[in-house]
Order: sequence, then structure tokens, then C-alpha cells
Amino acid sequence: MAAAAAVLGLVVGPKAAFCAEPYKIGGVFSITGSSSFLGDPEKKSLEMAVEEINAQGGIDGRPVEAVIYDTEGDPTKAVLAVNKLISKDNVLAIIGPSLTPTTLAVMPIVERVQVPLISCAAGIQIVEPVKPYVFKTAQSDVLAVAAIYKHMQKHGIKKIGILTVTNAFGVSGRDQLVKQAPDYGIQIVKEEAYGAGDTDMTAQLTKIKGENPDAVVCWGTNPGPAVVAKNMRQLGFSVPLYQSHGVASPKFIELAGEAAEGIRLPTGKILVADLLPDTDPQKAVLKKYIADFNQRYGGGVSGFGGYAYDAMHILAKAMKGTGGDKAKIRDNLEKIANHVGISGIFTMTPQDHNGLGPEAFVMVEIRNGTWKLLD
Amino acid sequence: MAALGVVVSNPYEQQLLTIIGIHTLLALGLNMLMGYAGQISLGHAAFFGLGAYGTGILTTHFQWSPWASLPAVLVFAALSGYLIGRPILRLSGYYLAMGTLGLGIIVHVVFREWDTFTGGASGLVGIPPLTVGRLMVGLGRSGFFAVWGTVVLFFVLCGRVVDSRIGRALRALGDSPGAAAASGIHTAHLKAVIFSFSAVMAALAGYLYAHLLGFISPSSFDFLMSIRMVTMVVIGGMASIWGSLLGASVITLLPEWLHVFSDYEMMVYGLILMVVMIFLPEGLTRGVLDAVRRTRARTASS
Amino acid sequence: MSEFLQFLLSGITTGAIYGLIALGFNVLYNATDLINFAQGEFVMLGGLGFYTLGTVVGWPAAAAFAAAVCVVSLLGLLLERVALRPVKKPDPLTLIIITVGASIFLRGVAMRLWGKDPYSVAGLAASTEPVRLWGAALMPQSLWIVGIVVAFMTGLHLFGKRTLTGKAMEACAIHRNAAWILGIPSDRMVLLAFALSAGLGAVSGVIIAPITMCSYDMGTMLGLKGFCAAMLGGLGSHWGAALGGVLLGVLESLGVGYFSSGIKDAVAFLVLLVILIVRPAGLLGASAVKRF
Repeated sequence: MAAAAAVLGLVVGPKAAFCAEPYKIGGVFSITGSSSFLGDPEKKSLEMAVEEINAQGGIDGRPVEAVIYDTEGDPTKAVLAVNKLISKDNVLAIIGPSLTPTTLAVMPIVERVQVPLISCAAGIQIVEPVKPYVFKTAQSDVLAVAAIYKHMQKHGIKKIGILTVTNAFGVSGRDQLVKQAPDYGIQIVKEEAYGAGDTDMTAQLTKIKGENPDAVVCWGTNPGPAVVAKNMRQLGFSVPLYQSHGVASPKFIELAGEAAEGIRLPTGKILVADLLPDTDPQKAVLKKYIADFNQRYGGGVSGFGGYAYDAMHILAKAMKGTGGDKAKIRDNLEKIANHVGISGIFTMTPQDHNGLGPEAFVMVEIRNGTWKLLD
Repeated sequence: MAALGVVVSNPYEQQLLTIIGIHTLLALGLNMLMGYAGQISLGHAAFFGLGAYGTGILTTHFQWSPWASLPAVLVFAALSGYLIGRPILRLSGYYLAMGTLGLGIIVHVVFREWDTFTGGASGLVGIPPLTVGRLMVGLGRSGFFAVWGTVVLFFVLCGRVVDSRIGRALRALGDSPGAAAASGIHTAHLKAVIFSFSAVMAALAGYLYAHLLGFISPSSFDFLMSIRMVTMVVIGGMASIWGSLLGASVITLLPEWLHVFSDYEMMVYGLILMVVMIFLPEGLTRGVLDAVRRTRARTASS
Repeated sequence: MSEFLQFLLSGITTGAIYGLIALGFNVLYNATDLINFAQGEFVMLGGLGFYTLGTVVGWPAAAAFAAAVCVVSLLGLLLERVALRPVKKPDPLTLIIITVGASIFLRGVAMRLWGKDPYSVAGLAASTEPVRLWGAALMPQSLWIVGIVVAFMTGLHLFGKRTLTGKAMEACAIHRNAAWILGIPSDRMVLLAFALSAGLGAVSGVIIAPITMCSYDMGTMLGLKGFCAAMLGGLGSHWGAALGGVLLGVLESLGVGYFSSGIKDAVAFLVLLVILIVRPAGLLGASAVKRF
């Protein structure tokens, strides 16, 4: 089969470059289920990136084909899907999953079978300690928390209360908040949690208010943080509110309404692409991605989709010249340097399989219903 | 099944069949409770989770060998099943449904919140696999045989139970609790015993699941999983041992088949549940058998 | 002290929400001995429907409200006709599974129609400023909710005791065939019960929406907790629904306030388990427990 294709390729030549066998790569995302706001844009971005690469002639003249499965946010399904990609579809590399628990579930598999995996999940445990075949493009909460704390330090905030959601994203954020606080001279006076579907957080906020913090940090994804913002207004609790990058989307402003005013959060630059100075190296890439995504899908741009988009382009770079050798792809992934992506500028090393630095996040504040870049 | 295990060489398909095996254990255990003894449980994923987390915690935090944690987990499930079953099975109908549902949710919250031991929402990693001598039981052919061996064992066991004196007492209980009590059957005790038995089976399934996957998280043992278990029993056919196999297979494979309509999956799943329940309330096994019988009668009379 | 008061007030707000949903369960149960596990989905459809008609299509709030409630009531009728009437052997388990299937189906439809995003709706109250009582805050929308719960409770009570149709519905619950023999069109009563309970669910959804924000999956937990509240107060008792709801909301709030926030869901069900073991009829239910 391969011999026939090779002969065909030789005979027909460069004009029919796409008679060559495609490079198959796999995608696993939480396309449906409660985390679909991650998986859906990630799937769309992956497909868009693949189209872009193929329009420019593919990788070494061979087209890329993406096989995408839905994990529904369930670790069991993620394991089944990854195994399907490896043994049924014979993919060279896998992009995803979208969540930390699903990524943790599949990591042993890709390590054992030695297939490179580029995850789109936030948890730091994915790349610390470093596993040879596991990479990730999503910014870690480590960086997000650092950005928040740096801003707080600059503004003399010393005591804070934190309110985190009881899922993997919230717990991971909470761990980072607790761990890094002493580095910035910050003391956490009250720690509270809320459920992802909760509709009222006044009880928790009342407890936090009782400790008189200088600011509150809320860590979760829509709609909880919007409820928190509204509840704080209700209680007359007027200290600054910091949110996580989980709500870095116009949706949050829509949900929180007036209560969104004055809220600060770290975000990938995609949210404020227009506000960036023209000298920012990411600006051009961001604007192109936003324009293309909007044109192809009619809206719904988010930083989450960027993770998959970056992963595909990084993977494409790593696949050049390898002829589909997974070990070589893996080695090339570690050599990626200064790749300007949506989520930041990537430089991978054998010790750092995330490859991002603090410039991956900028702090913004919501003013008059829109984002304002803070310095 | 054994032949299937040898023939199917694709690891993905092997894995799928192994998961079906685990689900069959779950469905079978629940069927004994629901189909034969006539009780409802909308929270049985709790015992599935207790088995998984029980062995997970013992083997990761306390360095027990998986072989040691097996009896510990089963005994715990049996005891807790009995102790919970005695009071809760005094209820019936919607009250029992709600009570078991509440139980399931409480246990799920414990899995999620007690993170020092369970790893919390992010899950428990690094669960060691079962080893028999130098052979490691992983999610491939070895896992397939381990799980299905257990399933066959329990098929035989349950078959024996159903045909025994206990089985008859169970069915009396299911058909008419009043008459059963009147004829001297200690109904409360029996109900708790069968609850305990189904808990043990669920815990065993959880044990296998944890060691095969090496990773567990609370989301696999939530309310939806309990509902899935009930659906397996009901669709396969209550009070039918083979029905448990059918129900487990259908519900496990359904998301795979429906994948073509990924966005419509939820709608179709709900629709299928409703349609099967409306037209074939005895479950698919009985429904298929009836249809076969009817066509045979028709062709015989013509 | 003001902390305790705040917990209490927040609890009453959530409690009123649970109570309203519990009323929906009760209406159906009173007439048919059935529990509709898809009730939470009716709440969700009411809220989302109101959002679409009011915000997207642009109808005035009152019209959007009425239309949303009507459409969902019709859906309730459809559910009875299509999914429950044809069932040959209506034992509780079969009916539970059917309504569970219906709830999954409706959730899937909602996901197709509205996507997975949450939506924000404007409230009934003119202002969004909270009312301050002794250092604690209460949202005006919450007052509306409490008021509406009381109104419906009284209304349903009167309906059941004073009007002919209401009494006819209760007769059907006690013994459907006997009622039919006496000339009550029991089939139509059942349909009415479904429409009424679905409509009530939709009303809950519209009223709750400004506080909770609607999304396609909001129905599951709300439905479960509403059912919990109904059981707590005693299945079938309207005052029980309100009492159960408020009790549940307050206990949850206090649990979060004085213990830990992660266990919130567990609190509700723990309380339920205790009540079920100790007094299964609920607080205000009749002593005879099994109605079917």
C-alpha cells in the first residue's frame, strides 16, 4: 500500500502533491458536556489550523488529516478515545484533552505507547514533573496567579479572601493561590468554595467579608463568577474583585452586567488584541486568527480555541522532516523556540514542556462594559 | 466470550469489551436488587465508587498490595451495604428512590471533597495495576480475561442464588412483600442482604476498574452514572441475568454508535430510553423473545 | 448576628426557589400519583424561553412570560400524551425511567437550540438595589419570588378545595376508576394536571432566571432539590412544599456558613435521608406513607 503510494507520488510529481498519504493526527476534546465551552472552540480551531496548513501545501508536501473524538469531559471516555486514536486510526500525535482530569487519565497510555501528546488543559501537574511525551499549550494557572499577585503587590494589597469552584480548575487555582501568596507578601485570611452549579454565594462572601480583606479572588468559569460579582454588589462588599482567566470572555461581562465594572483579571492577549501596541509580536497572529475564526464560524472566538490552534501549528513545525517518526517529532517539539502563538510565545525545553513565560498573560480591568489593558 | 477475547486483537475493541464487562457486573448486581427483589436504587454508583476509591486509597496512600485490598474492599462493601440497607429499605417507591439518590450524591460529594485521600476533583493518579506473578493485568487482553472471568463467575453464582431457597424468597419479596412476610420470610433482613450483595458486586467492578485504568475521578461515580446503571438493568430486562449483559452492552456501545450525531447525542439517548420503556417495558431481552415467539406463532398458524 | 441573618435571608431566597419547583411536583402528584423527573427541565425551558422571546425576539416582558408558560404547558401535555399514556404497565420504575429519558431528551433539545452558554435575564423588580435589613441584604427579586410562592400556594389550595375542577382532580388521585365511574373525565384531569405542573415549572423558571442565569443544564440539580423539598415537606402538601423548600434553603445556607462550602449539596440530601428514615411522610404529610 505504502509502496504503491510512493510510486504514485514519484510518477505524478509535485503537481499532485496531495496524492501522498496524509499525516494523521488525533484530537480529543470535551466537545459536549459541561466543559464544552473549552472543547467546542478547540475542535473548531484545530480544524481551521489543519485547513491552513493544507492550503499551504501540507507538511513536507503531505496533507494533514485530523481525527477528532469527544471525551464529554469523562476520563473513561478519554481513555477509550485515545486508545481508539492510537490503535484504530494510527495517529502520529494527539492534541488535547481539554481538561486536567482527562489529561491525567490518558498520560500513562501515551507514555507507554510513545505517542506525543499536546494537552490543552490548565493543570500544572501535566508538565510537572516532565514526562517525555506530554506537552501542553494552555497557560498554567501558575502564571495566571503570578500575574494577579504581581498586580496586587503593586497596589499594596496585603490580605485577601479567596472563593474557588469545587472542580479541577478551581482546586488547581486554589492550590496555586495558596502556594504563591507568601512570595508576594500576601496573606489569605479566608478560603471558601462553591459548586459549579450554585446560584447563590452570599453565605461564603459573608464569611469572607467578616475577615475584612483588602481584595477578593474568585476562581472559576461561567456562570459562577458572574453570580459572585453580583452577590458582592448585593452585600455592599466593595473591595476589588479579581477573577481568573476562566472568565476572560465577553460572555462574562454579559452575565455580570453592571456588577462587572471594575473587575480585574489576567487574560491571554487574544481578548484585547486590538488594544495591544503595534510593537507586540503577537498582535498580527492574533488578529489573523480572530478574523479567520469569525469568518469561518461566525463568532465565538476565545482563548481556549487558541490552545488547540497553537498546538497544531507547533506540531506541524515539529513534524517537518521527520517523515512521521514519532520519536523524532517528540524531539523536535522540545526544540520549538520563539513560536509566536495565540496563547503566548512558546519556547520548549527538555525541562519545560509548556514553554510559556509571564508575557502569556496581561492584566485587564472591565470599564464601561469593555476591557481596559492595565500595565 | 472467550473466543471473542482471542479473536479480537485490536486493543481499542478489547478495551471496549472490557468496559462492557465491568458494566455487566454493575448491571447484574443491581438487577438482583431491582429485578428480583423489587427494590429501586438511584444511587448505586456510590458502591461502584467505594470499591474504586477504596482500593485506590489503600494501594496509593497506604502502599497495600492490590491483592490485599481486594478482600478489604469487598468486606467493607458488604458491611456498609447491609448497615445502610436495613434502614433505607424500610422505604419504598418514590421515597426509596429519593433516599438512594441522596445517598449516591452524598457519597459523591465525599469523593470530591475529601481530597487528602481521594485527590479531590482532579482525581486519584498512580493506582498500581494487578500483577499475577510477572504478568501485569492491563487494559488489554489480560484485563479482558480478568474482567470477563469475573463476570462468568458471577453469572453462575447469581444463577444459583436465583434458583435457590434464597432466590425464591427474593422473588416472593419482589412480587408481594406482604405475603412474603406473612409466610415467615424475614423481609427486612433479606432485603438488606440482597442490597449488600449488589453493593459487593458494584464494589468489585469498581476495584477492577481502578486497577485497569490506573486513574479514577469523582465524575465517573456521579448521579448520571447511577442513572446509567439503572437504565442498563431496565433496558436489558429486569430479573433476567442475560438481560444485564444486553443492557450493559447497549448502554456502553450507544455513545459509540451515536457518535455520528455528536451534537444530537443527548436527544437521541433520551429518546431511545423513552421509546424502549414505553413499548418494551420488560426490556429488550423479553421484547426480542416475545417478538420471536409471536412471529413463530404467526408462521405456525398460517 | 448580622452574619447569621444574612445566611438566613440567602437561605430563604434559595428556599423559595426550591419551594416553587416543589409546588410543580406536588400538583402533578396530587392528581396522578406520578413524579415527573423532567420537571427541572420545564423550569429550564421556561427560563430560556422567556430569554429568547423577551431579549432576542424583543417582546415585552409580560407577553414573553405568558407565551413561555403556555408553550411549556403544552409540552407537558405532549409528554403525557406521547410518553406516558401509551405505557401498558405503569409501575413506578418504568415511569421514573421514562421521565428520566424525557429529561435527558429535553436537555439535548435545549442544548441544540440554545447552545451551552449561560444567559442573563432582567428581573421583575424595578431596581437591582438590595434591601438592607439589620446589616443583611435581600434582593427585591427574592421578595417577588417569596410573594409568588405564597400566591400560588394559596391559589392552588383554593383551587383544590373550592373549585369543582380542583376537587375533581383530587378525586382522580384517590381513585381514578372510581372517579371516572362517577362521571369525572379522568383522562382530561390528568392532562390538566400535567399542563398545570409544567406551566408552574415554567413560571418558576422565568422568575428564577434573573437570579440564577439560565443554561441548558440548570434543570437537573434544581429539579432534584425541588423534589427534595417536596419530600421534606410531605409529598402532596402545598404548605409542605413551601416549608420544605425554605427549610432546605436555610439548612444549605447555614451548612455553608458554619461548616464548609464544598459539602453544600450533601447537606440537602443528608437532611432528606434523616427525614426519610425518621418521618418518611415529611413534615406535613399524612402518616400513611405509601400512596400507590
